[in-house]
Amino acid sequence: MTFNGIFQFVVFLGVIVLITKPLGIYITKVFTSEWTFLTRVLGPLERLIYKLCRIRPDQEMRWTVYSIAMIAFSVVSMIVLYIIMRVQSALPFNPAGMPNVPSDLSFNTAVSFTTNTNWQAYSGESTMSYFTQMAGLAFHNFTSAAVGICIAVAVVRGFSRSSAQTIGNFWTDLIRCSLYILFPLSILVGIFLVSQGVIQNLNPYQTITTLEGAKQTITMGPVASQEAIKMIGTNGGGFFNANSAHPFENPTPLSNFVQIICIFLIPASLTYFFGRMVKDQKQGWVIFAVMTFLFSVGFFVIYNAEQSGNPIHSSLGMNQRQTETQAGGNMEGKEVRFGIAQTALFATVTTDASCGAVDGMHDSFTPIGGMVPLVNIMLGEIIFGGVGSGLYGMLIFVLLAVFIAGLMVGRTPEYLGKKIGAKEVKLAVLALLSMVFVILSFSGWASVHPDALASLNNQGAHGLSEILYAFTSAAGNNGSAFAGLNANTMFYNITLGITMLVGRFFVIVPILAVAGSMVKKVSTAPSPGTFLTNTPLFGALLVMVILIVGGLTFFPALSLGPILEHLLMNAGKLF
Amino acid sequence: MKQIHKQKSLFDPAIVKRAFADSLKKLNPAILYKNPVMFVVEIGAVVTSYYYFGQAFGSLSGNATFSGLISLWLWFTVLFATFAEAMAEGRGKAQADALRKTKTETTAKKIGANGDVDIVNATLLRKEDIVLVEAGDVIPGDGEAVEGIASVDESAITGESAPVIRESGGDRSAVTGGTRVLSDWIKVKITSNPGETFIDRMISLVEGAERQKTPNEIALTILLSGLTIIFLVALIALSLYASYMQSPVSIVVMVSLLVCLIPTTIGGLLSAIGIAGIDRVLQRNVLAMSGRAVEAAGDVNTLLLDKTGTITIGNRMATEFIPAPNVSIEELVAAAELSSLSDETPEGRSIVTLARSIVAELPSDLLKAEKTFIPFTAQTRMSGVDVAGRTIRKGAVDAISRFVGAEVSPEVNAAVERIAKSGGTPLSVAENGRILGVIHLKDIVKQGMRSRFDQLRAMGIRTVMITGDNPLTAAAIAGEAGVDDYLAEATPETKMALIRKEQTQGKLVAMTGDGTNDAPALAQADVGVAMNTGTMAAKEAGNMVDLDSNPTKLIEIVEIGKQLLMTRGALTTFSISNDVAKYFAIIPAMFMVAFPQLGVLNIMGLHSPESAILSSVIFNALIIVALIPLALKGIKYRPLGASVVLRRNILIYGVGGLIIPFIGIKAIDLIVSSIGF
Repeated sequence: MTFNGIFQFVVFLGVIVLITKPLGIYITKVFTSEWTFLTRVLGPLERLIYKLCRIRPDQEMRWTVYSIAMIAFSVVSMIVLYIIMRVQSALPFNPAGMPNVPSDLSFNTAVSFTTNTNWQAYSGESTMSYFTQMAGLAFHNFTSAAVGICIAVAVVRGFSRSSAQTIGNFWTDLIRCSLYILFPLSILVGIFLVSQGVIQNLNPYQTITTLEGAKQTITMGPVASQEAIKMIGTNGGGFFNANSAHPFENPTPLSNFVQIICIFLIPASLTYFFGRMVKDQKQGWVIFAVMTFLFSVGFFVIYNAEQSGNPIHSSLGMNQRQTETQAGGNMEGKEVRFGIAQTALFATVTTDASCGAVDGMHDSFTPIGGMVPLVNIMLGEIIFGGVGSGLYGMLIFVLLAVFIAGLMVGRTPEYLGKKIGAKEVKLAVLALLSMVFVILSFSGWASVHPDALASLNNQGAHGLSEILYAFTSAAGNNGSAFAGLNANTMFYNITLGITMLVGRFFVIVPILAVAGSMVKKVSTAPSPGTFLTNTPLFGALLVMVILIVGGLTFFPALSLGPILEHLLMNAGKLF
Repeated sequence: MKQIHKQKSLFDPAIVKRAFADSLKKLNPAILYKNPVMFVVEIGAVVTSYYYFGQAFGSLSGNATFSGLISLWLWFTVLFATFAEAMAEGRGKAQADALRKTKTETTAKKIGANGDVDIVNATLLRKEDIVLVEAGDVIPGDGEAVEGIASVDESAITGESAPVIRESGGDRSAVTGGTRVLSDWIKVKITSNPGETFIDRMISLVEGAERQKTPNEIALTILLSGLTIIFLVALIALSLYASYMQSPVSIVVMVSLLVCLIPTTIGGLLSAIGIAGIDRVLQRNVLAMSGRAVEAAGDVNTLLLDKTGTITIGNRMATEFIPAPNVSIEELVAAAELSSLSDETPEGRSIVTLARSIVAELPSDLLKAEKTFIPFTAQTRMSGVDVAGRTIRKGAVDAISRFVGAEVSPEVNAAVERIAKSGGTPLSVAENGRILGVIHLKDIVKQGMRSRFDQLRAMGIRTVMITGDNPLTAAAIAGEAGVDDYLAEATPETKMALIRKEQTQGKLVAMTGDGTNDAPALAQADVGVAMNTGTMAAKEAGNMVDLDSNPTKLIEIVEIGKQLLMTRGALTTFSISNDVAKYFAIIPAMFMVAFPQLGVLNIMGLHSPESAILSSVIFNALIIVALIPLALKGIKYRPLGASVVLRRNILIYGVGGLIIPFIGIKAIDLIVSSIGF
């Protein structure tokens, strides 16, 4: 590890800490319908939309109605996306003449973008028309992110309100989130990215003659506009197959740094929003601190593993030390313009948050370096996590931690003054179980299914990691790929599609039900006998519960995948 | 009170013997399925037994000795859990037997419509029947005295041998079936049908026959079942990964790992903890009508305590003599003592005691002289003595002034006001038309109450004193006792309103009560402890009955409730933390043959794959036995703030739970490997 690498990490963390409060306050204002500096401009537009869509913004919903609205919106927009892909050859903005997308891939992709996963079993530049990219995929980049934020906001309302019935209006939340948060941020970041050299055009692909005299096709497209929301909305679906490693998506170290910041922007600010809504800022900061701790550990493990390189190379006499002229360590699958530290940071951030954009190939990481992204996702995408989903996912762990350890103070566990009963535990366990169940059962099935095994580039422990990563990424709605696995097959398109749906909606509906149950409860003021959840002690406890519950669930799988691979590598065996 | 509920030692031989038999009965899957974690272990035991027999008779391949030992220890695991539950029930069952003896066939003297007395079997009595119970008779059923007065021996249910008075009307009218009238007679209106009497309910309660899971227990069971399912899925997936890695794992090993990982420690002890909680309450001679009530006691935020009997010792005591101007202290003291010599009330006796501590002895001729004592009546509101031409009276200040016919001097008036303001009661003393001074009668706060309330405050419980006194007096006593708040001039309505107000703020309220007019409040409160001396209505309304009728016990009940919840939390944390070590024992053992590199995970240096797996399974079973005493006694309770308690318990049960199995499994492995594994 180098000073420069660590310095970049510190600067990154510093920026996130600085942004969390102001953006958190702004988000709070947006969702409590207070006046913001954008209201003057966007207010009339907002009211016009309400009028056209016949939305009554003051009409609040119970959790059941909220869920139905959310599901209805998601299903309809998913079907629209599916249809666009199936008929894209007949639609405009298709200069490259892309044919219609096959049905299984369309299903997989429609699910993927609706669930904020952005798992891409296709290569954008050779599958999707500009129209599909803009009207289909980019639309979902906005809406799936907005839906995630809406759910988090509704859940926080459930925790913060006392003896109430309703948790907000889904349509109002969706529109305000898009108008006041996602659009302005995307425009800002989009313009910045263009300044760094990200392309933004509707030109046909260019064919040029290289210095060697060969013909090369250079892909074009409206990249910058999609790139901004891809990061801000923790979507991660790249315009090109190479994602943020592609120079047209992510040309400079600075654009790379800003992209990483964009991923954590909203998830970090939502913790502040949480504290503000429950009127105890410390509650938000404890969650922020837990996330920061887990994030930091992950970064240093990857960074150290990648910088140390591969012992087999060393034994063959290769120099892997870092010097003035070379990066050292394991540079396979990494962009020279980003280097090891920024790639490690990007990999940690993109898998902590359920973004899934990549600026290097996780498949090429060392076994331990590749295990960290996997573990990050396995923990449930709660280390800052996806926009919205990170916060509500973390709240599930908070409920479990409070319930397990809260009993030890001799009272029925309570969180924010509200008692946690059988109903909340049942729902939290259901949410946790659904994700674990799809990851383990599908990856188990895939590891013995001939069709699934045929897709593997590598065998043995590394092959197992590839399968495990695919299902974990889908269930966590991350969408990053380990690569090394040909996922565009009937088997994977269908199973991963189902995994993404379960990972999204079997978590959202239970947590909304928790909110519906919590919102009715009376919040009791804390007394000296209350188990405090805004202290470092609770933070430590929460870390322990996350690691033990996550670790116990996935340790067997990891031990045969990356851990064994690491041990075999040290023993001189590669895959 | 110690006769029937006497402390039996934790492992009383009779209880242990009975528990052994019961624990075998509880292996019945039709009963065990209610405990999902142990049910899974039982299925695992059946599966491994199948493999053992198959391997022993050669129809299946594999190491029969290993399978046999694993299956044996899995059976032990289930058995230890059922044994823990049977042990917890054991004491209750012993008590139920004692109670059943009081239910021997009794006859009743039923009074017919025309007033005839019929001798009938007690089991034929129904509600509304009137029976006559005379000296020596056993009261045939629960009821209410409608005529007469009698002394009753209630030791059968309370354990208290001193007889109590039961009379018609008022708060002492309730009688309990199975108790015996010692003298006089009463007519009793039966209020419950056979099978629904207090004793019947008590038997079924202590036996745990109608035990239902409490809300918190249900929530915990859901969590434990969830974890069990997660581990089940994780291990099914693992066996698929293993076959992909061409290193398949045997079913027996898989089952072993599963049993080690699912939370068997807490799963096996959960119901024992709950039953033991109710039992601990019972040892304090309090009958909890449900486990829910005990659990709620742990959550109580506000304690309503009656002033008289709970906070103060119940009787006012003389603490000071204040002579009027121109009267010597000796004169006042002598007059006060003389007037109280035959006053047998606690107040009277306290005056004599205090007087003797100030003035040594009254002159003997005065003591021997002929005296006429005037008793206290509600009309005169004074008492006194006529002796040797002296007319001495003591009583309420205004009553004495009227009797004497003189105005009270300003000095005396000032003293009277001072006493009233401090929460005391002033008593005037007059002799031959002259006011000698006042006696200060004071409510004495029981010793140690202040520190008790401080402890409660540290636990986050607010105490509210309930009293019929005026606000001035109430404030003074509240201040002296150190309660957080008080409700003065309390009526059943204001009490009820207070409970409701607390509850709408999300708080849980506990109170004690005995009178019929307490019944609505007892029913409304989250924890309502009715005094056994109280009326049937009060006992029906509350969710606990204190057989000793000691209101201070409410505080102990709260502590037991907290201890119950803490024990559950501690063992859950312990159980989950344990899994880390088990992974490090079993995962390398499973795959070390195919992938020797995984041996680095064998950080305990366990001897062989078989010994590692066997040791983990044995540890997993033995830890249940080792923790039975803790589950039954409850973890040590200290009245400290939540943060301190949490830090302590996380350290002991969380961190301890991580470390202990490493040591335990290693130790067992050393023994197991020394005998050839």
